[in-house]
Amino acid sequence: MTEPTLHGVVAEFMTPDGLVNACRKARAAGYRRMDAYTPYPLEEAADAIGFRKTQVPLLTLCGGILGGLSGYGLQYWVNLSAYPMNIGGRPLHSWPPFIIITFEMTILFAGITAVVGMLTLNGLPQPYHPIFNHPRFTAASRDRFFLCIEAADEKFDRAGTMAFLQATDAIDVAEVAD
Amino acid sequence: MERLLPGQSPVLTPGHTLETITDKIVSIVLRRPVTLGWVGGFALFFGLMNLLLFAMAYLFFRGVGIWGINIPVGWGFAIVNFVWWVGIGHAGTLISAILLLLKQGWRNSINRFAEAMTLFAVACAGVFPLIHTGRPWLAYWLFPYPNTMGVWPQFRSPLLWDVFAVSTYATISALFWFVGLIPDLATFRDTAQNPVAKTIYGLLAMGWRGSARHWKRYESAYLLLAGLATPLVLSVHTVVSFDFAISIIPGWHTTVFPPYFVAGAIYSGFAMVLVLAIPIRQFYGVQDMMTLRHLDNAAKVMLGTGLIVAYGYAMEAFYAYYSGNAYELFMFKNRMLGPMAWSYWCLILFNILIPQVLWIRKVRMNPGMLFGTSLVILFGMWLERFVIVVTSLHRDFLPSSWGMYTATRWDYAVFAGTLGLFFSAMFLFVRLMPMITIFEMRMLLPQAKLSEEVAAHD
Repeated sequence: MTEPTLHGVVAEFMTPDGLVNACRKARAAGYRRMDAYTPYPLEEAADAIGFRKTQVPLLTLCGGILGGLSGYGLQYWVNLSAYPMNIGGRPLHSWPPFIIITFEMTILFAGITAVVGMLTLNGLPQPYHPIFNHPRFTAASRDRFFLCIEAADEKFDRAGTMAFLQATDAIDVAEVAD
Repeated sequence: MERLLPGQSPVLTPGHTLETITDKIVSIVLRRPVTLGWVGGFALFFGLMNLLLFAMAYLFFRGVGIWGINIPVGWGFAIVNFVWWVGIGHAGTLISAILLLLKQGWRNSINRFAEAMTLFAVACAGVFPLIHTGRPWLAYWLFPYPNTMGVWPQFRSPLLWDVFAVSTYATISALFWFVGLIPDLATFRDTAQNPVAKTIYGLLAMGWRGSARHWKRYESAYLLLAGLATPLVLSVHTVVSFDFAISIIPGWHTTVFPPYFVAGAIYSGFAMVLVLAIPIRQFYGVQDMMTLRHLDNAAKVMLGTGLIVAYGYAMEAFYAYYSGNAYELFMFKNRMLGPMAWSYWCLILFNILIPQVLWIRKVRMNPGMLFGTSLVILFGMWLERFVIVVTSLHRDFLPSSWGMYTATRWDYAVFAGTLGLFFSAMFLFVRLMPMITIFEMRMLLPQAKLSEEVAAHD
């Protein structure tokens, strides 16, 4: 049997302070391929590992615009071309009543894009991820904070990275197989 | 820490840690045995839900003639119940979206089950227009799809706007609810001992691992959804009120309808939130997470929206008088003094007079009295829709076309059946899903925040 390849070195922290300090130190030391794991959203952790901008808002905007255009476009096409109906001599292109469905379609498309976009960018659903090989990783969804410096990082060095993480406030540092 | 006024309860009773919050909410589902009380309650409402299925089967067999509807009152209970249920759903979205945008931290412990309430209420609401069409197997004709008949729906009709508004609302509410659940489902996956439960929660959590990158996109998407749901929820009841206001029926054709419908929706929705929250916090011992502060705040929202509704009633009467229109004037006189006058005066009593007790702090701080007041408001709001639908229709322009409306036992059966559907779904929900958002509760803890010197960095 070949030895399993390494996913990275994982440090466990008791407090958000410990995690964020370690993330900042790791980034300052030149590490780039790393990820922090927290039981609740902690914006500073994402900033500290150098992840500052998400594309979700832009995608949502595009989804909303597409939804609005298709909502209005559908009504325009149906009323002027596919199925024109003269009701009391009112104009076929009677835009005020079209606004309501245009609005609803904008919200619908934008909302679906926000959720699907978020999941796709996050790579979810994901049946397997090596971080779950860490024996205590279930605590990441309870009360503990984890920082993983991945083996794929250019600066990664098995012993050096281990020593680096041990010098932080981590209560435990362990290797995780891929 | 937030500063409390004298005598104010905190949002979360002090003493909790990340661990105790997680354990407390998780154990309600994963460790607590099924009690006799739960089984009894569920059996009762599940029975009622079967009454709904039975009543619907008979309806499909015989047609809408088994109901009390006829010309001139063609709308009857089906539309009354539809508007009532959609309205109840609104409080869930208000709590989860609008209060999130307004940074009201107290919403964190009640938003999850309020969102579930929204979903189930919209499901109940959706039943009515569908079965009221008379031929529900053709209801898909309402959607614009290319068909061999070459026919398209009429986009200028408020009834079609309803289809779009309610189905968008149902979709966005479901997305919002599910997105909120993902991190908590991951907690369930990581805590569950039973392999079947672990697998099911694991599949639903989709591999969520709490990565900082994921959280950042997640928070962004969640906030955007809240921002989208806010105008949506206001638009839904506005569109529902257009079903009435766009027509020329005296009593319906008024511009005050949209705002007063929205306020009424939130009014009844918060009443339902309290009707659910008060027993839940009692039975599951979560008074430390749903504190008296939540009840107090919800009661204040009811008081505020209730006054907007009262203003709406006053304006309806004023319009009828000020319009100088004989039909409007007659409609109002008939509403107050005609054969259905009982419903109007009960409405004023239940919806305006009795809820004024909420001005008293002792009532707002007393779960039992609040529960009673909420039931009164729910009934009052149902009567409001009854008054609007029935008293406006039953005597319109020509005395020769006047009629009366009496609901039949099938009308009551369908309504009771949707109550069964709603409450049995809620019963299942509290046993199977985290009814309080765990990760948002963690954020309320003082130790969840960074210390000042760490936060002050760059």
